[in-house]
Amino acid sequence: MSAGAAAPARRERALSEALFRYVLRLADTSLVLGQRLGEWVGHGPALEEDLALANLALDLIGQARLLLTYAGEVEGEGRDEDALAFSRDAPEFLNLTLAEQPNGDFAHTIVRQWLIDCWQLEIYADLAASADERLAAIAAKALKETRYHHRFSSGWLARLGDGTAESRSRTQAALDSLWRFSAELFAADEVDERMAAAGIAAPLAPAAERWRIRAAADLQAATLALPAPQPYPWHGKRGVHTEHLGHLLGEMQHLQRAYPGVRW
Amino acid sequence: MYTQALDTHGREPVPAAEGAGPAARFQARIDADEKIEPKDWMPEAYRQTLIRQISQHAHSEIVGMLPEGNWITRAPTLRRKAVLIAKVQDEGGHGMYLYSAAETLGVSRAQLIEQLLSGAAKYSSIFNYPTLTWADVGAIGWLVDGAAIMNQIPICRCSYGPYARAMVRICKEESFHQRQGFEIMLTLAQGSAAQHAMAQDALNRWWWPSIMMFGPSDGDSRHTAQSMAWKIKRFSNDELRQKFIDVTVPQAQFLGLTIPDPRLRWDEATQHFQIGPIDWSEFYAVLKGNGPCNRERLEARRAADAAGAWVREAAAAYAAKHGGRAPAGASHG
Ligand SMILES: [Fe+2]
Ligand SMILES: [Fe+2]
Repeated sequence: MSAGAAAPARRERALSEALFRYVLRLADTSLVLGQRLGEWVGHGPALEEDLALANLALDLIGQARLLLTYAGEVEGEGRDEDALAFSRDAPEFLNLTLAEQPNGDFAHTIVRQWLIDCWQLEIYADLAASADERLAAIAAKALKETRYHHRFSSGWLARLGDGTAESRSRTQAALDSLWRFSAELFAADEVDERMAAAGIAAPLAPAAERWRIRAAADLQAATLALPAPQPYPWHGKRGVHTEHLGHLLGEMQHLQRAYPGVRW
Repeated sequence: MYTQALDTHGREPVPAAEGAGPAARFQARIDADEKIEPKDWMPEAYRQTLIRQISQHAHSEIVGMLPEGNWITRAPTLRRKAVLIAKVQDEGGHGMYLYSAAETLGVSRAQLIEQLLSGAAKYSSIFNYPTLTWADVGAIGWLVDGAAIMNQIPICRCSYGPYARAMVRICKEESFHQRQGFEIMLTLAQGSAAQHAMAQDALNRWWWPSIMMFGPSDGDSRHTAQSMAWKIKRFSNDELRQKFIDVTVPQAQFLGLTIPDPRLRWDEATQHFQIGPIDWSEFYAVLKGNGPCNRERLEARRAADAAGAWVREAAAAYAAKHGGRAPAGASHG
């Protein structure tokens, strides 16, 4: 390779590494949240909600599969969706910290879901116009699913917030507890900047503004109070997680770890 | 599944003095293969038999979500995870159709669930066995859903319209589940030595409970004659059990797995597989609540119900405040 070609090749490689990380962040957020929702199946507050939570889990795992497959292709080292899902340890998972938080009671699950649904609505809407056609197609499909998820989560947010005194206090408590992870949703770093510069993802600031408007409207409909900012810089999307993720992965990856290298 | 000898438990319905006229007309309609619909006249014993059978079937679907749900978080690939979630979700859907079918007979879902949680109602005993390895998920699909299909296909022609129609939809999904379960077993049986052993171990543990899913032998089964006359039941427990055995033994051979029955043999004279004696003491122990997971299953249902009470109250309070309207933009009620 000539000296003149080295710099563009380096840039290309840096872009593809950033794209790999960017896609993994989306994939892992869907996968980890889907895994959490899977814990609910058979234990929901009523049969209808049980089935609805299973639907959400299915959609999110479906998104994760498409995104992980694509991430593996971008990486170019032959890792498929399962190699990426089952053979990475916690520091290599790049999901938003919010996604890995435990289910808690139904109010925690709904608030967590609602915060991420609102985030995915903005991210997928922008990505549907991405210069990366593969991502655009995945995002367009995921956006349709996310609209349904948001109807479910914002609907329950309203029922719980404006339901009984108990449901209101449980839901406000869940909101106050989980709100601290919301700052990470739109905190841009060098990966996001590279994606924006390449026209793959939109800049995060306008999406953050739309998210704030939607979140405030949903909270108002639910008669819940917007919590004060709790600006600790969480870094799940950089691989620095809460203690919960390691346990989630220990359970999820159990069979692949106990019987490596076989077909299932 | 999951009707089994669900109709073996509970009180014998006593035909009430309801007048020979309507009763004779009712039986004539059944004999002519007409469907009985919710608003039609029916003998009280027919109604009670159906309520008991349909609700036990519904409870079985709901409790049946637990043993397989136990592996959702540990499914070994993302495809298997998605298929398993969809399967468990299907079973919940079956429970919903069946509760709805039972409600056409004048009981509410809430009443029926209360009977399940109080321990008064029965559900299929098979779900009181634990899922100890991933192969159990395969074995349940292959054997338990397989047995369910044998039991349920005849119910698609049941005289009671809502039950028959629910069953048509359910049977389609059960046969899909059966194929998926068999495919898990095939992958394991053809996999590593450890995977093959896992599959064999699952078959060892699930074979006899699956055989017992068809209920007591005909000589010991109550209700059969009346249920047959009403066309709620079309084949006896032993007939259905034999069908299942005849279909399943060659499948086990195809998998390269051994059925845990040293006396199993092909009988030239009858052209059927003949099995060794069934240990009915185990069946009755599990039925009476002493199986390996009876307590866990009921506790899990009770815990979900108790933890969900405030959620259901909130939904009701919201609906009362907002004139029954769903939240803006919310599609879900
Ligand atoms: Fe079912
Ligand atoms: Fe099934």
